[in-house]
Amino acid sequence: MLEAHNLEFSYTKPVLKGVSFSVAQGELFALLGPNGSGKSTLIKIIVGILRATRGNVSIDGRDLASIARRDLAKLVGYVAQESTMRFPLTAMELVLQGRFAQGRLIGFESSRDISEAEWAMRLTETLEYAARPVTELSGGERQRVMLARALAVRPKLLVLDEPVANLDIAHQVKMLELIKRLSVEEGIAAVVVTHELNLAAEFASKVLLLRNGEVIECGTPGDVLTEQALRNVFETDLLVDNSPVSGAPRVTLIARRSSGEDAKRF
Amino acid sequence: MAWSKSRQSCIRNDDQQVKAETNMAVAKLKNRIGMAGRLTTQRLAYSLGVLFVLLIIVGILSIATGSEHVGFSTVVRVIAAKIAGRVADVSQEHSLIISDIRLPRVLMAIVVGAALAVAGSAYQALLRNPLADPGILGISSGAALGAITATIFAEAVPISRPVAAFAGAVLTIAVVYALGQGRRGSGTERLILAGVITNASLSSIVIFLVTSASGARQRNVLSWLIGDLSGESRLLAPVALFVIVGIGAVYIYARSLNLMMIGEEEALALGVETRRVKVAVYLAASLLTGAAVAVSGAIGFVGLIIPHSVRLVGGSDNRLVIPASALVGGAFLMLADTIARTVVAPRELNIGVITSLVGAPVFVYLLRRTN
Repeated sequence: MLEAHNLEFSYTKPVLKGVSFSVAQGELFALLGPNGSGKSTLIKIIVGILRATRGNVSIDGRDLASIARRDLAKLVGYVAQESTMRFPLTAMELVLQGRFAQGRLIGFESSRDISEAEWAMRLTETLEYAARPVTELSGGERQRVMLARALAVRPKLLVLDEPVANLDIAHQVKMLELIKRLSVEEGIAAVVVTHELNLAAEFASKVLLLRNGEVIECGTPGDVLTEQALRNVFETDLLVDNSPVSGAPRVTLIARRSSGEDAKRF
Repeated sequence: MAWSKSRQSCIRNDDQQVKAETNMAVAKLKNRIGMAGRLTTQRLAYSLGVLFVLLIIVGILSIATGSEHVGFSTVVRVIAAKIAGRVADVSQEHSLIISDIRLPRVLMAIVVGAALAVAGSAYQALLRNPLADPGILGISSGAALGAITATIFAEAVPISRPVAAFAGAVLTIAVVYALGQGRRGSGTERLILAGVITNASLSSIVIFLVTSASGARQRNVLSWLIGDLSGESRLLAPVALFVIVGIGAVYIYARSLNLMMIGEEEALALGVETRRVKVAVYLAASLLTGAAVAVSGAIGFVGLIIPHSVRLVGGSDNRLVIPASALVGGAFLMLADTIARTVVAPRELNIGVITSLVGAPVFVYLLRRTN
């Protein structure tokens, strides 16, 4: 479904240095790595916001560079890290924006557009506040509305930049359950950038560890999320065992206490 | 203490009560005028129809009002006769006042008001900031500088003023945009700040040029600068053409602007040709600002308050906001001009004074709310 081959990208310094990976249909693919490792740059190349300096990406067997902007927009649903909400568009209006590439430049949404938007809002459980202005929604509700907008595209590939960053733990789990379900039931390939190692271990079918623009490891969570690999990539002390519930890798942080004084205070 | 505390919570409840009641009232109003729910062709046509009728009524009212009061029906008869190409059976004097003095002025107010309001809504969508306005961003000052330069160096060529004003507006938005560009894209606060700074420096150049001018000319230019619809009726036709082209160009991208209001990169990913939209809409909005400033000076705040009021009632969809702002902006400026003409009669107030008196508090209110 998605294939990246030897991607390189640089602003002034090189950000990506020969990144290759592939994501199959129905897979939930997690991109992990420390801040500044090039995760966001990588997904911006995939959705066509940035252009790779070298290497190529293909989606659905077609070279990204040869796909017209509108056609690419019909294939890929993208949710950015944060969106500014300063204008009180209603949730429904926002979700309908996902239908832009299917419609004309001028004119209004068709009944098909509306039914697709309603489908997306039903899935994300946002239909009940379809008429509410997005400026009045909570962080979690807003995040789900943004996901609904990406789903209204009816994408084959879903790309999410830190979809759970601003959510509480219950919403985090719900969000990833939904993405997982979408990838399995709708056959969507989902690429998710996240800092939540445990959630990635629990939900992703494949994970990729990125450090300084280089792929360190790529494979199933069980194979990749090892103590050694994670210590190496994140340069911090941690412990990996298995979740007593699912058996997936479980990451525990080891906090460093500088002295006994500190320990006493806590 | 306990008493004051309970009083405090009472006050807060009152506030909430008032807020809830206002929300209810707005919702009711929206239902009544058919502005609730998603925008469709029917709703758009209905809303614009209502606003158009409002524009006509305000227009007739403005023409009827003035130092010499003319009856409502007389106004209608003279205009109807003019459209049909006949001479109305009213007194020569009234006919003259209506068709030669007040009608051109009212039409000019509509054109300028529409231009400024649409320019405002365009800048707001592009910059993702409801506080953007041609005046606040310094674009009006740039246009004014262009227009004054043209007045000094090419006064004989009548069209030189709007063209130079347009050039000034385009150059200014380019400078403001470049200044507002941070290392990581353009923060909108940074951009507003860049606009304020640009505005200040351009204004000082304008003032320098004005003070170097002599006598009567200085007074004329100064009066035009504050905002004045009294002169320049010979420019009505070309400026109206500029404004129609500008509004049309912005409207083509109304749907694209809806997406860009949320985020440029996401709009790109959803299929919007963001670069093309930006260039076209910035140029069109500068054309509108230039045209308005060339004939009426820097009338402030219209671009801020009109799109905001439209959004408050009709929602944020630019397919409605842009044309509705044009109509409401026209009606608002006619009303403001009528007040400017009559409130200290026989003298005239500059229309810019009226719009700023209304606009400044609205700006403060918006600023506090968007925090």
